[in-house]
Amino acid sequence: MKTIVSLFSGVLFALGLSISGMTDPAKVTGFLDVTGAWDPSLIWVMVGAIAVFSSAFWGYKKSRPILAPTFNGPRSGMNVDGRLVAGSAIFGLGWGLSGICPGPALVNAASGGSIYLVFAVSMAVTLVVARRVSQISATRRGSDDVKLA
Amino acid sequence: MDVSALIGGMMIGLSAAVLWVFNGRIAGISGMVSSLGDDQPPQYLPFLLGLIGTGWVISLVTVTPEPLTNGWPMALLSGALVGLGTFLANGCTSGHAVCGISRLSVRSITSTVVFMLVAGITVYAKAL
Repeated sequence: MKTIVSLFSGVLFALGLSISGMTDPAKVTGFLDVTGAWDPSLIWVMVGAIAVFSSAFWGYKKSRPILAPTFNGPRSGMNVDGRLVAGSAIFGLGWGLSGICPGPALVNAASGGSIYLVFAVSMAVTLVVARRVSQISATRRGSDDVKLA
Repeated sequence: MDVSALIGGMMIGLSAAVLWVFNGRIAGISGMVSSLGDDQPPQYLPFLLGLIGTGWVISLVTVTPEPLTNGWPMALLSGALVGLGTFLANGCTSGHAVCGISRLSVRSITSTVVFMLVAGITVYAKAL
């Protein structure tokens, strides 16, 4: 059942991205081009998405989700740090250059267009490798700590 | 008001709401992709298959929007920047700008301001 919900959610997400215009790089850079021929329409994507998700997030009062034992949200207690700011800046640079963020990258890559495919594979490989490297280095640090102790 | 942008946005919000209320998980695309290399079975595979499969169906019924450039070095570079940046920031447009702002997370609000600002400057600088 969780699998079906997850699949349905992915289908809905892709339809939303496509209908809203988020998969069109020219529209996205038009939105980002505040000093030029600014096209503010994509602000309504955020308004719509935040209105619906925040209603569900704050409106659902039960202590556990309907199909899972616990909520698996972001870890709490993390502060704003240099890594967050630097990462956001690097993401902003890539997004501004291409007009594509991760969701639309996958939706457009599925169309088979070679540029979108190159973008999506480059993004996905970087994400997976970066996470593996950080996990391995964290484990190494962990075992060093054990040795020292 | 741009009605299709609003309706599409509400569908994105509903997708994230369903995933949270039923499965207790945040709809953050970059996080889902990065978890594909993990040892434990990938939780988010059905979501990603739904996303990509629907992208394929969409491409059959509508024209896929043109990329900004046909140069693959730029696609390779910008894809890697988006991957590295969203890994370090623990989120992208979905996880931070939609879910995080809705949760009133200070980290997500900061991240969104920074990536929008840098993306805006990048678009401006490219046009010079």
